[in-house]
Amino acid sequence: MSLKAEHINYIYSAGTAYEIAALRDINFEIPDGQFLGLIGHTGSGKSTLVQHLNGLIKATGGQLYFNGEDIYREGYSMRELRSQVGLVFQYPEHQLFEVDVLSDVCFGPLNQGMSKEAAKERARAALRMVGLGEEYESRSPFELSGGQKRRVAIAGVLAMEPQVLILDEPTAGLDPRGRDEILDQLAALHREKKITVILVSHSMEDVARYVERIIVMNQGKILYDGEPREVFRHYEELEQVGLAAPQVTYIMHALKASGLDVDENATTIREARETILQAFRKE
Amino acid sequence: MIKDITLGQYYPADSILHKLDPRVKLVATLVFIVSLFLVKTWVGYVVATLFLALVIRMSRVPFSFMVRGLKAIIMLLMITVVFNLFLTPGNRVLVSFWKFQITDEGLRTAAFMAVRLIYLIIGSSVMTLTTTPNDLTDGMEKGLGPLKKLHVPVHEMAMIMAIALRFIPILMEETDKIMKAQMARGADFETGNLVQKAKSLVPLLVPLFISAFRRANDLAMAMEARCYHGGEGRTKMKPLRYESRDFKAYGVLGLYLCAVIAVRVLGNYVRLI
Amino acid sequence: MNMIEASRVVYEYAHYDEDGNIDEIKRAVDGVDLDIQKGDFVAILGHNGSGKSTLAKHLNAILTPREGTVWVDGKDTKDEGKIWEIRQSAGMVFQNPDNQIIGTIVEEDVGFGPENMGVPTKEIWERVEESLKAVNMVKYRHHSPNKLSGGQKQRVAIAGVVAMHPQCIVLDEPTAMLDPNGRKEVIRAVRALNQVEDITVVLITHYMEEVIYADKVIVMDEGKIIMQGTPREIFSQVEKLKSCRLDVPQATLLAYELKQAGLKLPDGILTREELVEELCRLKQNT
Repeated sequence: MSLKAEHINYIYSAGTAYEIAALRDINFEIPDGQFLGLIGHTGSGKSTLVQHLNGLIKATGGQLYFNGEDIYREGYSMRELRSQVGLVFQYPEHQLFEVDVLSDVCFGPLNQGMSKEAAKERARAALRMVGLGEEYESRSPFELSGGQKRRVAIAGVLAMEPQVLILDEPTAGLDPRGRDEILDQLAALHREKKITVILVSHSMEDVARYVERIIVMNQGKILYDGEPREVFRHYEELEQVGLAAPQVTYIMHALKASGLDVDENATTIREARETILQAFRKE
Repeated sequence: MIKDITLGQYYPADSILHKLDPRVKLVATLVFIVSLFLVKTWVGYVVATLFLALVIRMSRVPFSFMVRGLKAIIMLLMITVVFNLFLTPGNRVLVSFWKFQITDEGLRTAAFMAVRLIYLIIGSSVMTLTTTPNDLTDGMEKGLGPLKKLHVPVHEMAMIMAIALRFIPILMEETDKIMKAQMARGADFETGNLVQKAKSLVPLLVPLFISAFRRANDLAMAMEARCYHGGEGRTKMKPLRYESRDFKAYGVLGLYLCAVIAVRVLGNYVRLI
Repeated sequence: MNMIEASRVVYEYAHYDEDGNIDEIKRAVDGVDLDIQKGDFVAILGHNGSGKSTLAKHLNAILTPREGTVWVDGKDTKDEGKIWEIRQSAGMVFQNPDNQIIGTIVEEDVGFGPENMGVPTKEIWERVEESLKAVNMVKYRHHSPNKLSGGQKQRVAIAGVVAMHPQCIVLDEPTAMLDPNGRKEVIRAVRALNQVEDITVVLITHYMEEVIYADKVIVMDEGKIIMQGTPREIFSQVEKLKSCRLDVPQATLLAYELKQAGLKLPDGILTREELVEELCRLKQNT
C-alpha cells in the first residue's frame, strides 16, 4: 500500500528542438500515512512531479505504482486514481464555481457517482475538517476571505475521501494567520484520518515544523530524501541551489562554530531552545 | 493541451520587410488583395506571382511558414475548385460524364480561383509573419488616425487589441490550470454528448470569467496608477515615422499596381493577352 | 518636508444585500494618522483584512478618504485637478505581477508611464534605460513579460514606476505571490532605490524578514495603527505581535523564548548574526 515511482522521466516537447527534461530518473516510495514535504524552487519540477502522481501528466519513461498497481497498464482507471490521490493545486480558490459553498464541495463526490444526499454528507464532513461550520454552507464562495476560500477548495478535494492528499503550495499568498490555520488543520487531518499528506512548498520553516520526511528537488532530479534534520544538515549545498534551510539551522551551525556545545541539527524553535538552554546549564 | 495552439505567428528575422513601417505593409497587403481581383488573364497572374515571389524572397521567412496558413483553408479551396470546375458553362467541353462536364472555361476559372485564394492567404501571411502584433496595432492606430475626427475611438480600439495580445497567453495558461484542477476533482471534459459536454464546461468557464474580470479590474487600477488617461496628450516611445525605405516601398507598390491595371486595360484591346 | 501626511483618515466599504440595499458598512481604515518623511523606508505590517492595502491605495489617490485628508507632497488627494501630479510623485506597485504589466515587451511596458505623462520620445528611451538599470533588468529589455519569473516581473513593474521619476513608491504586498528567491530580488531592488536613488519607500507586507531594514515600522489591525516605531522597538514586543497573529523573525522569536527561559538577552534582536553574537557574549561572561 503505497505510492512508488521507478525511474520516472518527463520530457517536454519530446523530439523537437525545444526538448526540456522536466523530470529525470525519479525514484521513491511513499508508505501509507506519511507526512511528506516536497521542496524545490520554482521550476525544479516539483509541480510537474505531483501531477504525475494522480495521472494528470503521463511520464515519458518509467513506472508509477499506486497500491502495487501499475497506473500505466492498459485499462487502469485514471478517474479512480484521481479520487484516491487528491491533488489541491496552487491557488485552488481559482477553481470555485458554484453558487454556494456546499454545492461546490459536492462537485467531486458527484463526479464519483454518488447520490446527491451522500455527496452532501461527504461535503459537510469535509467542510468540518477544514474548520468551516454550518453557517458557511449556503454562502457564496466568492464572498469569503482568501483563507476561507482556500479552505473550501481544499474541502472540495477532501470530500472525495482520498487516501493520499497532495497540496501544491497551500499557503502561497496567505498571511501568517491563514498559513498557520491551514497547516495546523492539515496536521490534524493527518493525525486523525491517517491519510498520506504530501506538502509541496518552498518554505523550509513551514515544512520543518510539520513533516516527517523531506524530498528536495533540483533541476528535475531528487537532490536529498530523508528526515528534516538530515536534509538540513546540507544547508550549504541547499543554499547553492537557491534554497535555504530554516533560519534556526543557520543559527545552530554558527553557535556550534563559535564553540557552543549545541546540537547543530535542531531545526525548529523548540528544539533550538532546548539544546541552547542545555548548553548553558552545563556550565 | 491548450497551450499548444500558437498565437501571433510572427517570425523574427532581419529583413527589409521586417523593418518596413507597418502602415506600408498594411496598405501593401490591401493593394495586393485588390490586385488579385483585378487580374483576369494569365499575364496578370504572372505579374502578381513575380511580385509575391519577390516579397517572399525579401522577407527571409522560410517558405514552409507561408504555406502553413493554407492548411486552414484547404477545405474551402477544394470546394471552390470543384464547384468552378464542374459548374462553369463554356464553349468547349473537355471531359463529360453523367450530368457533369468540364469545360475549358471551367478549368480556367477553377485554376484562377485557386490561385487567388492561395495568393490571398500567402500575401496576408507575409504581413503577419514580418510584423509584430505590437507594430500591427500601432500601424492600425496611426493608419486609422483620420477616423478620430469622425469620433471613432481609434486609440481605445488599439489599446484593447494590445491588452488582448498581452493577456491571451495568460488566460490560455489559466484555462489549462483550471481544467486540470477540475479534472483532479473528477471532472470529465471529453466524453458525453453535446449537452453533457456543454454542461461540463461550466466548472471551467465560471472560474475563467471570474479570473478575467479580476484581472481586468487589477489592470485598470494599475493603468490609472501609472497616469493612463486615454490617448490625449500621450507621447510614444516608438512613434511610427516613415523613412526613405518606406517611400521606396510605396513606389514599388505603385509600380506593381500600375502594371496590374495596365495588363487589365490592355487586355480589353489585345485579345492575345 | 513631509512626503506623505494623513490626518484622521476614514474609509468605509459598503456591503450590499441581494436587493441592493446597504446591509453592512465596514470601516477598512479607521482614523489613521500618518507622517512619512522624504527618503524614509517605511514598512506597514498587518494581516489580511487589517486595512493596510486600503490605506496604501489612498497614498496615490486611487481611493480618497471618506473622512480626513491625505496630502502627497503637500497636495490634497481630493483635489481632482492635481490627481495626475499626485500619481506621478507617488507611484504604486501591486501584488499580482501579471495584472499590472501592460506592454507585450519589457521595455515598452516600462515606457508606458512616461508615455501617459507626455514625456518626449527621446527622454522616454533614456528613462527606460536608467529604470531598467536601477532594477538590474537591462538584459531582459526585449523579452516578453510572460517568459519572466515572478521576481523579474515585479522588478519590471518597479522599473515602470521608477521611469515616471516618482519621489515615493508605494508597494502593496509586492512579494506575496513570489517564491523566496523572487522575494529577495524584489526587496534588494527596493532597498537599492531607497538608498541609491533616495526614493521614499512605503512597503506593505506580511513578511517580517522584509521589514527589518526599514527606518520605521507601522503595524495595523482592524483599520487602526496599533504600533509604530523602529524595527527593534516593534520586535521587542513579541507578545503583542503574537496577539495580533503576526509573525516574528525566527531569530527574534528564538531570542524571546530563550529570554523567557531565563537567559539574559537584550530585547529586539532582529537578525541571526545578532543572536549568535549575543549568545556568545553571554557564554563568555558566565
